[in-house]
Amino acid sequence: MIEWSVFTEGWPHYAAGLWLTLQLTFLSLAAGLLLAIPLAVLRTSPRRALSVPVWAYTYFFRGTPMLVQLLLVYYGLGQFEWIQSRWAEGNAFWLIFREPFGCALVTFALNTGAYTTEIIAGALRTMPHGEIEAAQACGMTRFTMLRRILLPGALRRALPAYSNEVIFMLHGTAITSTVTLVDLTGAARNAYSQHFAPFEAFIFAGLIYLCITFALVGLFRLAEQRWLAHLQPRKPGHAAA
Amino acid sequence: MTQLTVENLHKRYGDFEVLKGVSLSAEAGDVISIIGSSGSGKSTFLRCINFLEQPDAGRISVVGEEIRLVPGRDGHLEVADAKQLQRLRTRLAMVFQHFNLWAHMTVLQNVVEAPVHVLGLSRREARERAMGYLEKVGIAQCRDSYPAHLSGGQQQRVAIARALAMEPAVLLFDEPTSALDPELVGEVLKVMQGLADEGRTMVVVTHEMGFAREVSSKVMFLHQGLAEEYGPPAEVFDNTRSERLRQFLSGNLK
Repeated sequence: MIEWSVFTEGWPHYAAGLWLTLQLTFLSLAAGLLLAIPLAVLRTSPRRALSVPVWAYTYFFRGTPMLVQLLLVYYGLGQFEWIQSRWAEGNAFWLIFREPFGCALVTFALNTGAYTTEIIAGALRTMPHGEIEAAQACGMTRFTMLRRILLPGALRRALPAYSNEVIFMLHGTAITSTVTLVDLTGAARNAYSQHFAPFEAFIFAGLIYLCITFALVGLFRLAEQRWLAHLQPRKPGHAAA
Repeated sequence: MTQLTVENLHKRYGDFEVLKGVSLSAEAGDVISIIGSSGSGKSTFLRCINFLEQPDAGRISVVGEEIRLVPGRDGHLEVADAKQLQRLRTRLAMVFQHFNLWAHMTVLQNVVEAPVHVLGLSRREARERAMGYLEKVGIAQCRDSYPAHLSGGQQQRVAIARALAMEPAVLLFDEPTSALDPELVGEVLKVMQGLADEGRTMVVVTHEMGFAREVSSKVMFLHQGLAEEYGPPAEVFDNTRSERLRQFLSGNLK
């Protein structure tokens, strides 16, 4: 028999967990994207002094599990006396790392930032060389070329790969429940221990994740129609003379 | 007024010397066709003029202003002042073999882009200018299409409008019809002929001997990195001194 009380009584907890999940997902994605755009430019620089540090960063964050990164930040940082004394001083920046929310947000932002950097850097590298020459030939400065030609072209082409990264991040936030936060997965766990109905507790959370994922896929499809129209086959009835 | 002077241009790739001292001078209204077999260095010569390739030696002046060059580490000449090069490049518009339109922009956006973001025109001014040139090349009705949705001939005409919108002193054409299907070549050549008739200064690397003969004021035949023949088309084509050119033409005019 299905234990309906998990949903009828437990939904406010699920709603609160969902709100935390959405906050963590979208705040970390926004911060990660802002970080990734300049880093991707440095990553594709021919100067090794610029590209190698970025490579090291993305290599570390893509080479280790996000759970390990989160535990390292949440449990690991507090071990250092230097950081403890910053906390004692009330240093606003370092206090972020005393709160589980701050630790999770920073870890997730750095993690998605690393993946997004590589996605955008890949798109920058596949920029057709002729388009760059055309920009040089009409006298564009490097910065104008980056801002007007390279990044707009690359960010558009990165959209399909980035949509996967967004969905991975949504699902990846499930690990926040390991650092005392009650996100959607944490809410399901609590519901399970309250009602002893594991199937109901987790299928409810799973269905909510599924709905958000579908919504995100739909949004990205709209975005691709809008921003990748130049790569799509010509619409019938729009034949040029 | 001399629009473009190139003196004694040299360029080598490793041990291979592509250009062994080529000079050219274009007065206002000149149409100079550069012909030659593939590998003769004609595209390299054109690309050195606006520094898409770094020449090893030589001097280049645009409307009387010489591009200041300094020797670079690898032996090529480097531009002393990037700002000067950017300014002079706005006076030399280039049309490429493969069009090189910016794929994520519509036709109109392609033509408006550099006038706004390089020349600093207002959006309204640039749009009016762009529409004027798109009409001139006969493609205004496609202004909202993306380049990938146009034929090669249409794309090349957009690229010509993009070059014209810079209102440059000299138009450089790098084999503008070589990537086109034969039936699309005519529409592009017609546009180029129209530009020549307006008195625009053009340097055209081409395989179209008809265009070189009928439209140019001067023809340069490049062979193994040297200008074997350089003069008015009547002289070059009808009074050919170089045996190489004779062979080249008989191969071309079959």
